[in-house]
Amino acid sequence: MASNYLNIIEPIIKKYDGKKEAIISILQDVQTQLRWLPGDVLALISKKLKIPLSSLYSIATFYKSFYLKPRGENLVTVCLGTACHVRGASLILDELERKLKIKSGETTQDHKITLECVNCVGACALGPIVIVNDDYYGQMTKVKVDKLVDHLLGKKE
Amino acid sequence: MVRINNFNDLERIRKNILEKRVLEKITITICNGTGCQAYGCQRLTEHFLAKINQNGLKEKVEIRKTGCHGFCERGPIVVIQPEGIFYQRVKIEDIDEIIEKTVEHKMVIDRLLYEEPITGKKIIKEKEVPFYKKQLRIVFGKNGLIDPTSIEDYIAIGGYEALLKVLRDMKAEEVIDEIKRSGLRGRGGAGFLTGLKWEITRKNISSNPSLGGYIVCNCDEGDPGAYMDRSLLEGNPHLVIEGMAIGAYAIGVNKGFIYVRNEYPLAVKNASIAIDQAREVGLLGEDIMGSGFNFDLTIVRGAGAFVSGEETALIASIEGRRASPRPRPPYPAEQGLWAKPTNINNVETWANVPIIISNGSDWYKNIGTETSKGTKIFSLVGKINNTGLVEVPMGITLREIIFDIGGGIPRGKKFKAVQTGGPSGGCIPKEFLDLPVDFEKLTEVGSMMGSGGMIVMDEDTCMVDVARYFLHFTQEESCGKCVPCRIGIRQMEKILREITEGKGTLKDLQTLETLAYTVKNGSLCGLGQTAPNPVLTTLQYFREEYEAHIKEKRCPALVCKGLINYFIEPEKCVGCLLCLKNCPSEAILGGYKMIHVIVQEKCLKCGACLEVCPKKVSAVVKISGEKREGPKEPILVDEWRRKR
Ligand SMILES: Cc1cc2nc3c(=O)[nH]c(=O)nc-3n(C[C@H](O)[C@H](O)[C@H](O)COP(=O)(O)O)c2cc1C
Ligand code: FES
Repeated sequence: MASNYLNIIEPIIKKYDGKKEAIISILQDVQTQLRWLPGDVLALISKKLKIPLSSLYSIATFYKSFYLKPRGENLVTVCLGTACHVRGASLILDELERKLKIKSGETTQDHKITLECVNCVGACALGPIVIVNDDYYGQMTKVKVDKLVDHLLGKKE
Repeated sequence: MVRINNFNDLERIRKNILEKRVLEKITITICNGTGCQAYGCQRLTEHFLAKINQNGLKEKVEIRKTGCHGFCERGPIVVIQPEGIFYQRVKIEDIDEIIEKTVEHKMVIDRLLYEEPITGKKIIKEKEVPFYKKQLRIVFGKNGLIDPTSIEDYIAIGGYEALLKVLRDMKAEEVIDEIKRSGLRGRGGAGFLTGLKWEITRKNISSNPSLGGYIVCNCDEGDPGAYMDRSLLEGNPHLVIEGMAIGAYAIGVNKGFIYVRNEYPLAVKNASIAIDQAREVGLLGEDIMGSGFNFDLTIVRGAGAFVSGEETALIASIEGRRASPRPRPPYPAEQGLWAKPTNINNVETWANVPIIISNGSDWYKNIGTETSKGTKIFSLVGKINNTGLVEVPMGITLREIIFDIGGGIPRGKKFKAVQTGGPSGGCIPKEFLDLPVDFEKLTEVGSMMGSGGMIVMDEDTCMVDVARYFLHFTQEESCGKCVPCRIGIRQMEKILREITEGKGTLKDLQTLETLAYTVKNGSLCGLGQTAPNPVLTTLQYFREEYEAHIKEKRCPALVCKGLINYFIEPEKCVGCLLCLKNCPSEAILGGYKMIHVIVQEKCLKCGACLEVCPKKVSAVVKISGEKREGPKEPILVDEWRRKR
């Protein structure tokens, strides 16, 4: 595993000339490939860049786009931005949490679906919005959520 | 494209492009902004391309993917040029007809036109749609004309002319003077005079030239519900790059950064393409247009933290650290990136620069109010008919924006408030609808300009819930460095949550106010200093809503879950079983042709029954603070009616 990780990490570090200040970009690029940041990977980066591991965790836990736990195959994101909120986004989130039996930020036991929230994806005209991987589902209602979840679970079974 | 080696080259290239373009008669522009992408415009564009090829029209017709047109409510938007025929909500099924009728025979398809909601009048041209009529789109208007990934498109409409003018004809001090005279103020929130900021940074750099300095474009745009910065950078990246190059020349730096929010992948992509193109033709890099001036740009992606939009936090983030703000002074203009003087401006601020240089500060000064010059782009969202991005002259009234441009509130509901300034702003009630919008006026009523979010709220929006929503947001986004912000906001949120659950007391309102002032005065950065604003303004203008929650245990807008109940009106229920089948918690009792009853103890208040109850029946209602009489158990509809 470790050598696999090295194959991923080394070219990325090289792309940024091994600069410490590029650490956020480096972590982002690594995460793009692995979908999350395993502890082993952080340890390797820490060694390579000579940045204390604690500093890496300080960064990785501060910014919301870093994941220190594996994510499911599908990412379901609910927008809780203001425009979506006043159009009832919280009820949509409730429904998803209930249907998927997980809370926001969690992954289903079979690792099929991770549920997340964001604050505005800039498509406020379509609110409330749910995004599944890269597909946008606008003007969501509970009935539409149910169909979407059935579809997601069904498709993957 | 060939390299631009001197000032004459740019003009020559533009002429070449324009000459080639005369031949291409018809252009189908398809909006490819994020809003329209969510409606599936990418597939639409692919189908258009395929159809054009199939029909052998490639020589006659050009397909152009443009940036956001602003009218996101009606996407996907397709405009046929040169006539400017405006089609909205276009589907793949419409393509054949558009090509056959409009492209080949210049016929207009009625069905795809925008219809004025009140008069029912169909409107053919984009600029005659009421949504656009009252706007003044000097910055944002070019988005719809160009493909953001084509530097040729930008040059064709006069792009980089302002940079040329500056490099060829103006001294750095003259550029600063021009921007100062224009009265341009920062569009990122605080409204600081841009020319003055440039002058200060320039002075700091001149006093220690060996140190150098930087400029930064702030496209963090964390304000939820605002997306104009993204649409600008995504839809017209060269405009921002040109503005930054002019700024770099005026301030005397050779290096700049564009900091883009993590959630904006398309903006990152388009800006990266634009930078590469500009570099390739010699509009970025060494010796720009043979002037001897060097300037280059790097894009830095944010990583998901609202506070990183604050300038000192942004600096920390670019330097590869946690985005924690630090006390100012020293301001970034003195000690910014890597302790060098750094000038940070918002995307929209930078985008205004080439326009001021091209048209002159005298022209620019004429737009706007005494203290706020030019235009402002607002993202008009929430309970509004025409959701979208609108660019208006400063000084226009809220009423004109919301009712004339925005088309008012959907479903005939009543306007309640408009929230401006994002999590730092406030809620403005209907008494102030005729308020002219500028930096000072919005501050006077307790809100602020902020970055330009404008969220419209109607009678179904609970103001206590809105205040709680914003505090929840700021509480989560607080970096945790200073105590008033980290703990104060959390306590305020807790009190608000209790009020929305019906557990509040009148004394809580006092505590809220005291806490609000402590957080405002004691916090380190703008996040904490402004976080109480949504609470203070709602307490000021909508106190009766707070009191209803506390004294009557009633949520007047029927939003707060803890204070509402769902109820099936026996006079209306026809016993169709729909709500019963859709109830996730088996809280509804009933049977075929029986009046259904909700078991309140089991009800999760998810609202499924209300959503599925057929419109013509409308038996399910939300109630708050009242008791309604109905059968305790399901009973045949006929039997109940007979009894009555
Ligand atoms: C919590 C917080 C968040 C901010 N977010 C942004 C932002 O997303 N975009 C922005 O341009 N300015 C933001 N600002 C303002 C910046 O600190 C800074 O004033 C601005 O970028 C300066 O540019 P301007 O003079 O062109 O307005 C934020 C400020 C605070 C306190
Ligand atoms: S608030 Fe949800 S997309 Fe903007």
